[in-house]
Amino acid sequence: MSLIETLARMEAVAAGRARPLTTVRHRHLSERPLVLVPLTTSGEAGAPLGALVGTDREKPLLLAVPQPRDRDLRFAFLAELAEAVLPYLDGFADGIEWEERQETDPETGKKVPVQVELCADAPQLIVPSTPGVGYVRLLGRSMRFRRTAEQDPQAPYPAPPQVPLLGRWFTHVGERARVPGASLLLPMTGLLTRHWATGQSMLEDQHLGALLVWIDPPPGTSGRAAAEYAESARDADGQLRCPPAGPATDPAFDNRLLAPAMARYDAGLPGAEDGVRDLVESLLRPTWDAVWHGIDLLRALPAGAHVADRWKRDRWSYTAHRDRVRAGEPPQPRRDDAVTAARKLSARESAQAQLDAQEALDDPLVMAGRRLAGAAFQGTVTAVEPAFSEGRRPMPRPLVTLRTADRPQLSEGGKLYRSLADGKTQTAEFAGFAPDEPDAPVVRLTGGMGRGREPAPGSVPEPDDTVCWTLFEHAPRGGPALPDPQDTPWTHGGPPPDPAAESPDPVTAEDLL
Amino acid sequence: MNVSRESGSAAAVPPAEQPTPGLRQRLTELRGPGVRPRALDARALAALAANPGCRRRALLDGAGVDKAALAQALGSPAAYGRSQFAIVRGNAFEARVKADGGAELMRLLRERLRPGAAGPQEAAGDAETAVPDLSAAGPEGRAARTALALRAATEAGGWSLLDHPLLAVEVAGSPAYVEPDAVVVHPDGGWTVVEIKSFPMIDGAADAAKVGAAARQAAVYVLALERVARQVAARTGREVRVRDRVLLVCPKDFSNLPTAAAVDIRRQLSATRRQLARLTRVEEIAAALPPGTTFDLRLADDGTTATRPAGELATAVAAVDADYAPECLAACELAFHCRGRSREDGAVAALGRGLRGELGGLRTIGEVLAAAAGPPGPPAQGSAPCGGYPDSPDSPDDPAVTALRRAAALRAEALAGAAPVAGRRPEEPGCH
Repeated sequence: MSLIETLARMEAVAAGRARPLTTVRHRHLSERPLVLVPLTTSGEAGAPLGALVGTDREKPLLLAVPQPRDRDLRFAFLAELAEAVLPYLDGFADGIEWEERQETDPETGKKVPVQVELCADAPQLIVPSTPGVGYVRLLGRSMRFRRTAEQDPQAPYPAPPQVPLLGRWFTHVGERARVPGASLLLPMTGLLTRHWATGQSMLEDQHLGALLVWIDPPPGTSGRAAAEYAESARDADGQLRCPPAGPATDPAFDNRLLAPAMARYDAGLPGAEDGVRDLVESLLRPTWDAVWHGIDLLRALPAGAHVADRWKRDRWSYTAHRDRVRAGEPPQPRRDDAVTAARKLSARESAQAQLDAQEALDDPLVMAGRRLAGAAFQGTVTAVEPAFSEGRRPMPRPLVTLRTADRPQLSEGGKLYRSLADGKTQTAEFAGFAPDEPDAPVVRLTGGMGRGREPAPGSVPEPDDTVCWTLFEHAPRGGPALPDPQDTPWTHGGPPPDPAAESPDPVTAEDLL
Repeated sequence: MNVSRESGSAAAVPPAEQPTPGLRQRLTELRGPGVRPRALDARALAALAANPGCRRRALLDGAGVDKAALAQALGSPAAYGRSQFAIVRGNAFEARVKADGGAELMRLLRERLRPGAAGPQEAAGDAETAVPDLSAAGPEGRAARTALALRAATEAGGWSLLDHPLLAVEVAGSPAYVEPDAVVVHPDGGWTVVEIKSFPMIDGAADAAKVGAAARQAAVYVLALERVARQVAARTGREVRVRDRVLLVCPKDFSNLPTAAAVDIRRQLSATRRQLARLTRVEEIAAALPPGTTFDLRLADDGTTATRPAGELATAVAAVDADYAPECLAACELAFHCRGRSREDGAVAALGRGLRGELGGLRTIGEVLAAAAGPPGPPAQGSAPCGGYPDSPDSPDDPAVTALRRAAALRAEALAGAAPVAGRRPEEPGCH
């Protein structure tokens, strides 16, 4: 946690409500997100208890499993979930626009521009909390290897075709969620903590109810009191007044309410199934409303300038997976091969560097953190001295002197970057401090001035301009290219096996786990 | 037969001290007359070792005070318990793994932990696995029975599976008993701790946080076993090695079939060993208490309702220092109470333990904000919402104070929208 964030948290303690960490919204928010609030059964992997799902905050679809240990009921739940979610995911597949992309021509080996489809929008799934993202990934894993009756007539529990398909989509968005700044699948707690600092620790911020009341406390209460109430207030029956955001349930709920209701269901009593459904809904509904409340809070923030740019990458990711599904490719393997894994890691690293740079450029408050850390500095121009590079064709290399209160970690000749009014980046290098003035760095401009003998108008700052230079690149690029997975060297395990060879999970003898 | 007496005779081994009569008396007073001490399990021990600076936890755990009941009586009940679904599932899975004389468990163990040169793997693979009976009366009896069985199994030189052995471990000068799921004795005299957990291992990987917690628990078991191992080595003359790779058994993928992985716990082992050694001894903490201090809840006849006023209990609890950090919330029943106190005091650690590093000597949020609000730099109006903090007592040359003032000035400037790259100023959160 940076010192600025620490300070913001302490301000929040003193003010009794959350304080802003950003001045803009740094994540894309869809016009029509799909909210998914899942619940799982304690102690069972991949045994969902229920979910609220939908795009209409007034009319969520309730799915509940009256006895999660019964495999048939679990599978029925997953089929219903697929029916509810797949039309939404597929709904973005046909609205396309054309993009030009450079591709290597297989015959000539040259890069040629080709027109490719890019989906004009993409789905966005919002879950309450970070464990919810893990749960989507888990559900994806549990579904994508299931066999349909068509694929394997002998399969003991054939799945409807949409179940393995949803598994592949959940796996895709779950993997994409690991890319910094990606927005196909987002946890509400993560979204809120990125934009606000509360007066509690990061651990406590994982409780969606407590986090929300710090940001938007009920009238007349302090965030602290409201958050403590949300965390621990219980009714006469020992139940939490603000149920946890899941997917795990509160043990008191399991032991006092859910277990007896399930016992009634097991005994075949009339109305028992509705009893479980009502219980599950009572637990899910507050979280559902909290997620939408969070969406309202975030929508009130203006989007950062680079957010659309990053969302376009999400649209590429969505389009690519749509194409893989349409091409009939097999589901994602259980484990990535060496090349795919290395590629993913490198993509995440460059996405992180890019996100850090873009957030700072979009938001003076984030930039303030970088300035405090010595990775950027802002100052007023005091002098501009024309100068030229040596060589046959001298190019303009003006020297700009600034006055700044920042303490950047500069080294002679170090590269500097500045964003120009037209969105382009100007490069420069640090040329030392003005004589006897340790707070007056001199910057030699090295680019962004056009090709002429004279710098293009407006490309060189003038005295009294305020400029902000960063020590980090604005569009960092990834490392060198990796070989094709089929060309994996033997040192890294050799070419991966055929992904179609992945077998489904074996079915155990017990019907009830 | 008594573990401590037996160990006392082996000169090389530090004896597992039973508390002195004086201390035992004092600890009983702390619990209250007639209240049975609460046993410490490995989970609690691992949590205690994770926060060795907390004297409050060391004393309450050492005295065997029921912290959950205490928290309830203080009006800040703990937020956690266990779901009966998880318990049923955990027990069913463990029974399945150990069924049939532990055949499946032994197969997994041989598969994952190759015994190495010393172990005649193939020959021993077919050999019978002995499952000694460990039942006895009382924890001392069971611990003694376990020590005997371990000695006998090591002398016999075959495979033995000890189901739920009980081990004694000394914590801050008072004894505690821990119970691993199983311990396997190898023919070469090596001992392996087995942890059976019901969280799944999916495609060979399990939740890292859960594996970490299991490893910390296993480290406590290994530490407890090492004491017994020294005794057995002294008695039998055989080399006894408690292995630092434990076997973690989990359900495979989404099924009920067991799978296992060897977990290297050397790091957890050295951390736990160091932290347990650092714990202040319970005697010292108890001696520093005001006379007459007790955590007795004075339970009513129903055995659950505390009749002692919460204020009196709070005073008693306040007599011993806590070292609260947000991590306590997941590990200590008393955490909500300590958090409340910590927040009242404005302690910076209530926001996270890591914060203290960059704040130098500043200990409270008021001090930090006062330091940040001071000159130089542009006036930091936006950053000190309450204003009016007294001038910081710290010298402005303090690097932490200088950094704070710069941070406050930069933050205020950015929030005021002064910077050229600024977007629109956000609305005040939650005011719409």
